[in-house]
This record gives sequence, C-alpha cells and structure tokens, in this order.
Amino acid sequence: MKAFQELTERVSPPVLALILAIILFFLGGLISPGFVNPTQATNIVRLAAFLGIIGAGQTLVIISGNEGIDLSVGAVVTLGAIITFRFVNGDNALILPVLGLALAVGAGIGLINGLGIVILRIPPLVMTLAMSGVVGGLVLQVTRGELIGETPDLMKTLIAEPLLFGIPGVIVIWILLGIGMWLLLERTEFGKQLFAIGSNRTTSKLSGIRVNLVVVITYMLSGLLAAFGGFILLGFTQTVFLNLGNPYLFPSIAAVVVGGTLLSGGQGSYWGTMSGALVLTLIDSLLRAAQLPEAYQLIVLGVILLALITVYGRQRGFRQ
Amino acid sequence: MDFAQIRRILAKNSFLFALILLIVAVFINHSLQDNLLEPRVLNRNMRNFLPLIVLVIGQAIVIIGGGIDLSVGAMVSMCNAILVTQITSESTGAEIAMAVGLMCLAGCVAGAFNGLAVAYLRLQPIVTTYATSFIYAGLALYILPRPGGDVPRDLSNAYRQPIAGGDIPVAFLVITILVVIWWLARETRFGQYLYATGDNANSAYTTGIPVNLVKFSTYVISGLFAALAAFALTLSIGSGSPRIGDAMTLDSIVAVVLGGTRLRGGQGGIFGAMLGVIILGLVRNIISFANVPTWSQTLVDALIILGALATSGGIQLITDYIRNLYRNRGLSR
Repeated sequence: MKAFQELTERVSPPVLALILAIILFFLGGLISPGFVNPTQATNIVRLAAFLGIIGAGQTLVIISGNEGIDLSVGAVVTLGAIITFRFVNGDNALILPVLGLALAVGAGIGLINGLGIVILRIPPLVMTLAMSGVVGGLVLQVTRGELIGETPDLMKTLIAEPLLFGIPGVIVIWILLGIGMWLLLERTEFGKQLFAIGSNRTTSKLSGIRVNLVVVITYMLSGLLAAFGGFILLGFTQTVFLNLGNPYLFPSIAAVVVGGTLLSGGQGSYWGTMSGALVLTLIDSLLRAAQLPEAYQLIVLGVILLALITVYGRQRGFRQ
Repeated sequence: MDFAQIRRILAKNSFLFALILLIVAVFINHSLQDNLLEPRVLNRNMRNFLPLIVLVIGQAIVIIGGGIDLSVGAMVSMCNAILVTQITSESTGAEIAMAVGLMCLAGCVAGAFNGLAVAYLRLQPIVTTYATSFIYAGLALYILPRPGGDVPRDLSNAYRQPIAGGDIPVAFLVITILVVIWWLARETRFGQYLYATGDNANSAYTTGIPVNLVKFSTYVISGLFAALAAFALTLSIGSGSPRIGDAMTLDSIVAVVLGGTRLRGGQGGIFGAMLGVIILGLVRNIISFANVPTWSQTLVDALIILGALATSGGIQLITDYIRNLYRNRGLSR
C-alpha cells in the first residue's frame, strides 16, 4: 500500500490515467474477443474526443477554484447543436458564420454565469444549475419541441469521416484543441492568473490580478467551449434532440477529476482531462462489451469511479 | 437597535429572506387560486411537498458541515425499492415496521459509506457522492427492476388524511416536530461541532473537535433522512419505481441555498431549507394556475428560481454596502 502510494505520488495523475487507459483497452480483449483492433481503438478515441472537448471548459472553471464548477455545459452543448442544426440548415456556406453565432451565444451564457457569480455572489453550483434550467427552458420555448434543420455534408466529412491517414476529423480537432489549451494554460498571462486565483484569491487580488475579470472570462470560455462541443457532436450524430448534451454533464466533471485536476482549484491540466475522458469512455465501452444488465453496469461504474477518485482525489489530512 | 445587532439577528436566522419569499409566493398563489388556504387543498399540497421537505434536512446538515451529498436522490430510489418489495397491500403492522426499519438501516448504511469515503478517505464530496449515486441507483434497479408494488390502503390513507378531528395537515405536525428537534440539537455539543467543522475544518481540528467523526455523522444523518423521505414518498404515491428519487437531488440543493444556507458551510439551518422546498413547490403551483403555456413552463420556473437566487445575492450586496458606509463614517469620526 505504501509503495502504491509512493508510486501514485511520483507518477503524475495524467500519466497514470493514460497507463490505465491502455491496460483497460487490452483488458477489453479478454472480456470480449475482437475488442482489441485499430478500428475499435479509433472508435473509442473518437467517442472520448466528444467528452474531452466538452470537458475543456469544465477544466478551466474547476482550476479557477472557489467551488468553481459549471453545471450548465450539458444544456449549452444541446443549444450549440440546435443553433447549428437550425441555422446552417444543410448549407455548407453557412457553417462558419453559424459556428460564430453558436460560440457567441455560448460565451454570452457563460458571461451571465460569471456575472451572477462575481457580482451577486451566487455559488457557482446553483448559479450554473439555474442557468442550465433557463437554457433548457429557452430551447423548449423557442422550438416547442419541433427541431427543424439539417446537418450539412461538409460537417459530416470534416468531423465524422477519416480526415488524415484514416484518423477521423474529430480526433484531429481534439488534438488541436489540446495544443491550444496547453498554450492557453501554460504560455499566456491568462493561464498564470487562472492558476493564481485558483490557489488563493486574496493574494492574487493583492498582487494586482483583476480576479473578477479572470473569473468572468473563464466562465465565458466554458460556455464557448461547450457550444463548440455541441457543434462537433452534431457533426457526429447529424441530428439533434432536446437531451443531447445532458449525458455529458457529470462525466465532464469526472473526466477532469480523474485527470488529476483538483476540485478545490489551482492545480490541474487539460491533458489530464484528455486522459480522463479516454479512461471514462473505455470503462463505458467495456461495460457495454461485457453485456451486463443495467443494474450491474451502474454498480460497477460507481465502484470504478470511486476507485479512481481514491487514487487521485485525496485531500490533505489535518495532521501536517 | 444598531446595525451590528441587525446583522447578528440576520446571521443567526438565515431563513428570514426565505420567509419573505414564501409570503410573497403564498400571496401570489392565493390570488390565482382562491382555495389555496382551504384545509383540503393545503393538505394536498403539503403532502406532495413533504418527501422533499424531509430529504432537504439531511442535505442541509451535510452542507452546514462543509460537504455536499449528490447521492440523496439515488438513496431515496433505493429505499423506495426496498420498502415496496418488502410489503404488500395486505401487510400487517409488524411487517410494515420491519420493512421501514430495514429501509432506514439501508439508508444509514449508504450514508455511512459516503461518510467513510469523504471523512476518513478524505475524498472530494461532490465526485464521491456522484460516484456512489451510481451504486445506489444500480441497487435500486436490481431490487426493483420495473415500477410496481403496493402499499396497504390504511397506511396511505393515514398519510393522506389531515390529523384526526382537526384540519391540520400531517406535514405541519412533522415539520414542527423536526424543527423543534433541530433547534434543540443545534444547542448541543454536536450542533456546535457541526457549525465549527463547516466553518473551518482545520481550526476546528486544532481546537480538538473530532472533525472526521462530525463529517461522517452528517452523511449518516443524510442517509437516514433519505430513507424517511422515501417512506413519505412511497405513502404519497402508493407504489414504487426504481428512478423515483433521481430528480430530487438537485432540487434539494437549490432549496437549501434558497433557504439561506451557503454552500461553503458553517452557517444556515434546516428551517430555511424546508421553506425553500415550499417556495419551489408554490412556484410550480403558480405557473400551472397562471395558465403559462406548456412550452414556457420550464423557462418561467428556471427564471423565477434564478431571480430568487439573484435577489438574495442582491440583498447581501446592499447590506455589505450599508455596512461599509457605517464603517467609513466611524473612521471619519
């Protein structure tokens, strides 16, 4: 146990998650023959990409600390997909302008979240939860449940089909996003300030960081990235429904935590979230491949999640 | 009365804002539905609110102790499944008592498991209770694969009727008993420890408070109240469903916050949280009686809740502003 603890302390959580993902993949071969092959691997990475893209904003918000969490991402993913579906309406030329619109709407929702949190001091958990209700209600009000539109062929080609050397476009997009997130967190002023406010808001304020501004921008980025996630998801599903984004909400938080980002803020990385998304997707695929009844699937998923959190998510004790 | 005194009263009675909101909600609801305060209607409403009112007590205690419990809904589902599979419409009193006892035990064990993980393994409450909620939801589905089950008619009638002779809904009696217990418990050593732990676990630890034990016990209490909520829900609905409680988790957190308890812990109480549940219920009543079109109901509901949260934030902002004014005046003098 002691040796195990030392191991988890020396190896960084993202690396551990990645190793775990590879072990899980080959474990899949034992459970269901034919699980281990390049097509299946590509398929799993593709599914993980959706969770990973949606988890990008969540990573930023959680790093910002002070109970930071964004429960509105599920609703914003749905909204982003619906906006794209409806306004692009199958016209390739409209993809870029409508993507801009969807991102702006997502950022706008994040702006309201951020303002509610820093000005009215509503706890992030309930603020974003209420906002998720508002966004869901807005979608119902406007569409009245009738979702008309069409996904353009170009989106399907770019996102769902092989783009480079047989790699689907969504994976290429995910890798590019990963590089972008790394640059944002490690190589920009914003990234440094984000980690600083996540560790200690008071000292950050005293050292001249405009804390409220950074927080608001973080929630805006989270909304924007969630809307982008909806756009990407649409390219894969090619159709929308009112519940499209909800199943990704809590997994996006779990992926962040499994990747070693602390829920208390100030510490973490996006590539941790990427490995976390891979691990969670693999577990999901394994449970499906094992063809267990739903009751057992839920119990096994809960136990595995708990085990993962036990490895990474332990907080410091009181005896220092 | 000077300002510091007012602030102290507000801090001690964090439910005051919820009380104002409740009065406003009752007023609006009454203007749309004249018979709201008639015993029959009152009883029906309160009977529907009671499961969440009971559930929110456990959630509030966990939050005051500095945690959060996302598994309460799944625990309700699990306890509901246990109860309806243990009793039939012909069960005797002793059999029912056994089943309820078993259900409460299951709730406490589930809560103890959460508490063990959070307090002693030091895992982060949000993700831990999220993970365990899968386990409890899976168990609910295992015990009761599809909706069904039956409850003895006498028992559900006893729950549905106002208290014999009078016109007082059962729910009011339950609320009164629970609030009195809470007000007594708050003054005990456990109550003091609870607030100290939630306020600052590190300093509570250095003053010799058994922080881990306090945290552990809050989750056990939450599990127990989830079981009691499941009991009320089962009597109210008269059958069982493996996913019956799932939607209650997020409502319980919103109700706690509406009731004036901050999510960071160390402050607040259960009375406000109970008022929060009634407010949530009345808002839904108002929406259906105001003839809001079906497609707009979700939006209106969410906007009202957001508005209530924003108002409570706004009031805090104003009181802070006034306090600063006072302080500056004191300095200049």
